[in-house]
Amino acid sequence: MSKDRFQGHDYYQIDDLLTDEQKLIRDTVRAWVKQEVTPIIEDYAQRAEFPKHLLKGLAEIGAFGPYIPVEYGGQGLDQITYGLIMQEIERGDSGIRSTASVQSSLVMYPIYKYGSEEQRRKYLPKLATGELMGCFGLTEPDSGSDPGSMITNIKDKGDHYLLNGAKMWISNAPFADIAVVWAKNDEGKIRGIIVERGMEGFTTPETHDKWSLRASATGELVFDNVRVPKENLLPNVEGLKGPLGCLNSARYGIAWGVIGAAMDCYDSALRYSKERVQFGKPLAGFQLQQKKLAEMITEITKAQLLCWRLGVLRNEDRATPGQISMAKRNNVNMAIEIAREARQIHGGMGITGEYPIMRHMMNLESVITYEGTHDIHLLITGMDITGENAFK
Amino acid sequence: MKILVCISQVPDTTTKISFVDNDTRFNEDKVQYIVNPYDEWYALVRALELKETLGGNVTIITVGTSAVDAVIRKALAIGADDAVRIDMDPSDAFSVAKSIADYATGKGYDIILAGKETIDYNGSEVPGMIAALLNLPFIALGSKLDIEGNSAVVEVELDGGIEVIKTTLPAVISAAKGMAEARIPNMRGIMAARTKNIEVIPGTASALVGVKKFTLPNAKSAVKLIDPDNMDQLVELLHSEAKVI
Ligand SMILES: Cc1cc2nc3c(=O)[nH]c(=O)nc-3n(C[C@H](O)[C@H](O)[C@H](O)COP(=O)(O)OP(=O)(O)OC[C@H]3O[C@@H](n4cnc5c(N)ncnc54)[C@H](O)[C@@H]3O)c2cc1C
Repeated sequence: MSKDRFQGHDYYQIDDLLTDEQKLIRDTVRAWVKQEVTPIIEDYAQRAEFPKHLLKGLAEIGAFGPYIPVEYGGQGLDQITYGLIMQEIERGDSGIRSTASVQSSLVMYPIYKYGSEEQRRKYLPKLATGELMGCFGLTEPDSGSDPGSMITNIKDKGDHYLLNGAKMWISNAPFADIAVVWAKNDEGKIRGIIVERGMEGFTTPETHDKWSLRASATGELVFDNVRVPKENLLPNVEGLKGPLGCLNSARYGIAWGVIGAAMDCYDSALRYSKERVQFGKPLAGFQLQQKKLAEMITEITKAQLLCWRLGVLRNEDRATPGQISMAKRNNVNMAIEIAREARQIHGGMGITGEYPIMRHMMNLESVITYEGTHDIHLLITGMDITGENAFK
Repeated sequence: MKILVCISQVPDTTTKISFVDNDTRFNEDKVQYIVNPYDEWYALVRALELKETLGGNVTIITVGTSAVDAVIRKALAIGADDAVRIDMDPSDAFSVAKSIADYATGKGYDIILAGKETIDYNGSEVPGMIAALLNLPFIALGSKLDIEGNSAVVEVELDGGIEVIKTTLPAVISAAKGMAEARIPNMRGIMAARTKNIEVIPGTASALVGVKKFTLPNAKSAVKLIDPDNMDQLVELLHSEAKVI
């Protein structure tokens, strides 16, 4: 890939709404991404390999559990800072951001929120430093948008649980040390349980041939009569609200993250359109191209304001799932549209690995599907405003 | 090793430059500030490296109003132990150098480090003035700095060669590219910076010179492309239009 000349874009001076520390952290992660991620990411994506050597650096810049309290190894930071970290990492690549999202919101968050004090002390500090990596098992071959239909189950065997079933599309599965798995108990209630690599009967085959999130490792979790100690059950939650609580946190991070991908595409398109001359003038001088660029920065600015406000609400613990759905849906769609338009502005160059556009565009096809599809988030908003359930 | 590092804030390199008040003042509206790269990447990082190998303390000092606190926090996040802010508008090199020299007097610093210049006004005046005011040796443009016993050994790049200079400590040294490699702060450093002390003191000197007027350079004119087969035309244009031959 050519040299990373990215600059942030802040058309509405939203930086004035951020604290000095939030800006320092954002700029630090931006510098780290320029130094560590962009020089190598295209190569890893082309080879469909996760750059595992980045894990240590991700931990050092605070990407793992930034909002988890300091006493459990986190940084005790606010939600806007968490969002800004996700934005900058996804500016580099959605796959790397996915790893950070999963570790923070889908592994550390449930252990912190629903776990026992022993579980918090045992796992959280090591997850924060990346010494332990985690994954989150909710989706199954026959249970995607409708997680309540899952068949993975735990049976109470007195001194342990017996876990059976399979999860698919699980980010980080191929290398994770632990998995937060959602399974039905004897009464058919959904419970969370921590499964550790090495437990007999637990395997994590990798999913190959993806055209999206190629620099992220995705796999299955297969449980064949796995004996899980009783103390690994997350004691403080029961039912779908367990996984949905985690998803709220992750979706919020995604709403910020995709602004990074969108800014990278816009930034590259803006620069390219000023430098590329056709018919005797730069592409940027043609009305058709200006329309695309002007609409991109308009949409990015709206997405930034949406996220900033949502961050304030989350800091005050007032953000509703409906508000989070709206932001995830709007922002991912905004980013994917910008990636597609930016790809065209780059002409033929846009399909090559010289520019980040095509990689972002393909990555966003996963992002618009996982953590609740584009359709599902619309149905959540629809149900919220009408009171009518259109899922079934 | 007790080290004082002078840092200043400068506009981000992508800033669009304009002036206000009848072209006497830089227009700060919408400007993002960063730590002057020569101060941060080379002077500060080398000071931290020396502290890491020899022990001691690294204090950063800057002249400015509370608007510069953000860049001070960044320098603290990279690893400086504490900071001093001289609370006044840094309007000329003398008032800045004199205020810093007055602060440093009697504090026992072994080395005072600064960047070779700031990337905004590029004056390169402050470190030399501090040395003069404190009656200390001064080495400008160091691209390598080592400590041998009670001396500093500094490499300075010359056109095509290198000059190695030695001086006893204490000394004032200005840092050029090569003295160290830029460091990105980590989260631990950013968190630690929250509780590090910034001592705020008043300035002790006023400006001796002031800006009368700024003008921007002329806009770059369009490039003329000449066919490689048409050397005569090139020579003719260099002679008649560019007037360089
Ligand atoms: C790269 C990648 C990584 C992932 N990582 C994880 C992970 O770490 N952990 C995890 O648990 N899961 C993960 N997932 C799974 C992801 O969350 C699911 O793919 C997603 O929830 C959609 O489920 P599905 O693929 O089964 O699609 P389906 O649910 O079968 O949906 C197919 C289509 O039907 C639409 N649809 C479904 N129901 C309705 C309805 N009621 N009304 C209208 N339209 C509907 C959907 O919008 C979609 O367009 C990942 C997926 C991908 C691609």
